[in-house]
Amino acid sequence: MRKYVSFFRIRFINALQYRAAALAGMATQFFWGGMLLLMFAAFYRSAPENFPMGFQELSSYIWLQQAFLAMLNAWSFENDIFEAVSTGNIAYELCRPMGLYSQWFLKASANRMARAALRCVPVLVFASILPAPYGIILPPDAGTALLFVFSLFLALGVIVAFTMVIYIITFYTISPTGVRMAAVSAADLLSGSLLPLPFFPDGFRQAVELLPFASMQNVPLRVYSGDLSGQAAAWAIGLQLFWFAALLVLGMWMMRRALHRVVVQGG
Amino acid sequence: MIAVRHLSKQFVVSRRKSGLKHAAQSLFHREREFVQALNDVSFTIPDGQVVGYIGPNGAGKSTTVKILSGILTPDSGECDINGRTPWKQRREHVAEIGVVFGQRSQLWWDVPVGDSFDLLRDIYRVPESRYRANVSELTERLQLESLLRTPTRQLSLGQRMRCEIAASLLHDPKVLFLDEPTIGLDAVSKLAVRDFIREINRDRGVTVILTTHDMQDIEALAQRILLIGKGRLLLDGTLEQLKQQYGRGSVTVSYNGGDVQVLSGLEIVQQEPGRLTVATDGTREDTARVIASLTGALSITDISVKGPDAEEMVVSLYREYQV
Repeated sequence: MRKYVSFFRIRFINALQYRAAALAGMATQFFWGGMLLLMFAAFYRSAPENFPMGFQELSSYIWLQQAFLAMLNAWSFENDIFEAVSTGNIAYELCRPMGLYSQWFLKASANRMARAALRCVPVLVFASILPAPYGIILPPDAGTALLFVFSLFLALGVIVAFTMVIYIITFYTISPTGVRMAAVSAADLLSGSLLPLPFFPDGFRQAVELLPFASMQNVPLRVYSGDLSGQAAAWAIGLQLFWFAALLVLGMWMMRRALHRVVVQGG
Repeated sequence: MIAVRHLSKQFVVSRRKSGLKHAAQSLFHREREFVQALNDVSFTIPDGQVVGYIGPNGAGKSTTVKILSGILTPDSGECDINGRTPWKQRREHVAEIGVVFGQRSQLWWDVPVGDSFDLLRDIYRVPESRYRANVSELTERLQLESLLRTPTRQLSLGQRMRCEIAASLLHDPKVLFLDEPTIGLDAVSKLAVRDFIREINRDRGVTVILTTHDMQDIEALAQRILLIGKGRLLLDGTLEQLKQQYGRGSVTVSYNGGDVQVLSGLEIVQQEPGRLTVATDGTREDTARVIASLTGALSITDISVKGPDAEEMVVSLYREYQV
């Protein structure tokens, strides 16, 4: 257990070193969040009754999304890992008394958490002093807050397990570009990162909510504001658990197969 | 104890000619070639030996090291290292070996070297007291004090290599694999690395398997040499044996009188006016014979004797085996 904690810690330390990147990221998130809100505000002003979420809930959704962007986004991959595969540095990771899957999983989740830890507080503070309904408000009750935290970490698990599958595919393709583009575009749209899923047309929305992508952002962000609660929340979190386990098993299985025929690039 | 029996490994390489046309063709049809990286390689290495594993580029050296360190799975053959098969019991196996790949880094790039060491301690579950003793010993022997607090990316190559080697020894491995540990190092760093390898072999009884292109590494370290070429094990012996068998020396003289024509039974390598180089088989007796006949025939002003040179010996070996 200790080695896992330690592995996690060094990645965390590593990620904390990039202060400038964190500042730049935060500035972007303030701007992006604000822009989104202004856009939605314009739509709401014309016809509030046509919208599936209340404006206050939407504001919370957007600020929370910005605060935890580094943790939950679908587009950030560990370049280390791609590099390790395409340059052959994976040789060192393979001569450690630890599974490669757990090394990579920890690396990716530690990095995401470290980056989010640096960024979430300022964004949340800023968003909480904005006047209603443009800011973020506290969840309706303590139970919801707990459920949110639980769902947030599940979402992290789902997204990291998902990216693991992409990493393992690069064993076969060497260059990550193709799979990565496809995965990112799909996840961006279907996770509720471009537009919250309730805004999608009926039928399509129900199908999308079953996909693993919905477990990445849609669920925790909507649980927070109470938009998803009771039975619907339980069902959604159950689905998160399912996808986390399924992607984990899939990734481990692929990894085992890939390692049998691994070739170390570059001599 | 390392026992390798009939190890073979093949790689698939897709090749194409350069140019746009061939690149476009290869989208639809790939030419594949099989490269036999290892072909029925067998050897046994007793505990505590330092073995130099040599061969030209692409001979299969690194492939062997990667199989023995559990990274690659061979197509066929067996390997037993301290009772385990590396690719089957990978985790148990790697806990007892140390590996340094001269061209790669195992240290975390952006954090101080000491943090990387701490992580390795936890990964290998090295007891704290053992870890501290090892770090202080390695720090002293490899002069790492100031380096431990420096991020890896700011180290020079020589400094980094010293840290890499230290990193591979923190968990008291029984076997150490060094894949070109002196590549790109300056003379001082090379000497430091060689001395250190010799010391840990002597003091800790670590078995060392060293691949290198630097014959001075071999001369300084290897008690035994394995020569591999085109995936086959060609030679197995001590450096002295090899020198006797394949080494050649020479005697070069400058002279200002006498007749070169009367020299008989000598193999002339190079001849210029007033200067002559004659080959010897590298032994003292033959050198004496050559010097005697040269001094008999010529009035010599200067003489220099060269013993068998490992570098040249290896070149002639590669040539002889056509690898």
